[in-house]
Amino acid sequence: MNLVSILEQTISQMFGVNAMVFAMAVIGLNVHFGYTGLLNFGQIGFLAMGGYGLGMSITVFGWNPWLGILVGLGYALIFALLLGIPTLRLRGDYLAIVTIAASEVLRILVRSTTLADWTGGNTGITNFAGAFYEFNPFTERVYDFGPFFYTGPNLFILSIGWPLVLLVTFLIWQLMRSPWGRVVKAIREDEDAARALGKNAYWYKMQALILGGVIGGLAGILLAIANSTVQPDYFVPVQTFFMWTALILGGVGRVWSPIVGSMLFWGLLTVTDGVLRGFEAEGWIPRWLMNASQVGQIRFMLVGLGLALLMVYRPQGLFGSREEMMLDAR
Amino acid sequence: MPADPAGTLAGVAHQPGVDKPDPILVVEGMSRSFGGLLAVDVDKVSVQRGLITALIGPNGAGKTTFFNLLTGFDEADAGTATFDGQLVSGMSSHRLAKMGMVRTFQLTKSLTRLSVIENMKLGARDQRGEAFLRAFIPYLWRYQEEEIEDRAEALLERFQLSHMRDEYAGTLSGGQRKLLEMARALMAEPTLVMLDEPMAGVNPALTQSLLEHVKGLRTEGITVVFVEHDMDVVRDISDWVVVMSEGRVIFEGPPEVISQDPAVIDAYLGAHHDAPLTEEQEEQRIANAEAELAEREGEVP
Repeated sequence: MNLVSILEQTISQMFGVNAMVFAMAVIGLNVHFGYTGLLNFGQIGFLAMGGYGLGMSITVFGWNPWLGILVGLGYALIFALLLGIPTLRLRGDYLAIVTIAASEVLRILVRSTTLADWTGGNTGITNFAGAFYEFNPFTERVYDFGPFFYTGPNLFILSIGWPLVLLVTFLIWQLMRSPWGRVVKAIREDEDAARALGKNAYWYKMQALILGGVIGGLAGILLAIANSTVQPDYFVPVQTFFMWTALILGGVGRVWSPIVGSMLFWGLLTVTDGVLRGFEAEGWIPRWLMNASQVGQIRFMLVGLGLALLMVYRPQGLFGSREEMMLDAR
Repeated sequence: MPADPAGTLAGVAHQPGVDKPDPILVVEGMSRSFGGLLAVDVDKVSVQRGLITALIGPNGAGKTTFFNLLTGFDEADAGTATFDGQLVSGMSSHRLAKMGMVRTFQLTKSLTRLSVIENMKLGARDQRGEAFLRAFIPYLWRYQEEEIEDRAEALLERFQLSHMRDEYAGTLSGGQRKLLEMARALMAEPTLVMLDEPMAGVNPALTQSLLEHVKGLRTEGITVVFVEHDMDVVRDISDWVVVMSEGRVIFEGPPEVISQDPAVIDAYLGAHHDAPLTEEQEEQRIANAEAELAEREGEVP
């Protein structure tokens, strides 16, 4: 078992495309749940909207790729409106039900053969991001420096994506310490109190849903460009729950938790994967207990165990404040 | 302090729906039913500007429902409401609040995970930084924010909450939360404050201070309407009392008249509503209750 290589893989993954896309998506989720108290269980739907918006603009409509990015964000915005208009006047649980259902409906829709001319059916849309890679300065196939190991195109998208993640984090931080942020936090605490003080709770919830959704759409666009493809089977509900895991790991309603939570989540998955495979190869784990093909599932069990322990010993997550958490229980 | 210090309502008849000389709020023909139950059916109520009006009545009289209808938290089936000369029927709660009608709640709604000062600052109206795009540019709202903060601190001082300024509102005691909610309502610079059971769940030591704060609102020229069960409180601070029962207004008048009128007391507050029990009576009740309990236990095999 090569510990050094496991460590290198883990660090590469923590700063890799998956973690970057997750960080962006989880910032959106944090706007929804952490600051405004909206239960969104369909964040992956916003990623799909972003990705397909970009892909369809280029391959189906033949539009300028940069315009495609705007279209992707626009799709996410429309998705937020569709979800929000009927549900935001109702109790919070309804949004949860509608978002998870809508994101599944969306996935099945883009996967269907009826729409295959536009969305490519179950193979999705491929090879559309070439225009963006014309700007790629990392022309070598592979870059290996320190513990980091990335392909040229990946390094390109990472060098765009991470600064974008930091920029969005900064903007959200700025927003949440403004009077606007105060209103949405008040709505999280008690919507009626905010309304009694003259705040249009419905409209603020809508703004927050759109904002978090468009950030989710941006995550989907980054993913689509990184892979140069969108495939329907990526956008399954479990992805949303991984994002929730990352958010809770970091701590709900905190500025840095989306980034650190996502890095930790992907780091944990990689390290458990490497260690389990190493143990298995060394023959330290009896075959009746686990074989090599089960590693993928068992690492999720371990992450689940870790999350359960976190809930017991540090329910506020890494960045959360325990004092604040306890207030909630009253 | 005497009720109705200026004597503005001296000549007003003691009957339901009577007109006031200078009403800030007038409700006509308002009704609301839940299924077959007619919860509110008010012909007419008007509220005099600058005074404290109490809304009382037995449980289930429709006081809170009526309150919710007035403040836009529920929609009436029929009827009109006029606030400050403007028709406001069917208007949403946040728009009413912007017009100057601010309410509090029976179960206090302190925003637990915001600090006390943030709770206060939320109350201010017309904040430039509450618009999404402007929020990104502190330059546009920082000055106003400082003004709001000064006002909030002055109010905290007045409500004796200054020492809790940076604590989470969730750490406040029940009584402090009532104070905070009232102070927060004042941040919105209301002309009419609607208090839903302001004394419920407050310990007696704090009741007096809360009462003084309510009277202080009147001194400032703010109109107050409040729902209350405690007759001592009603007698102490209200200038005018509206009695509701089964959704209707059945009596109106100054508090002295209400508490002298045996019919009202008997029918809506109970004949012994505030007479303390004698020791024998209390023992008798306990004995009765115990006997009943024993009987029930006997029934269970």
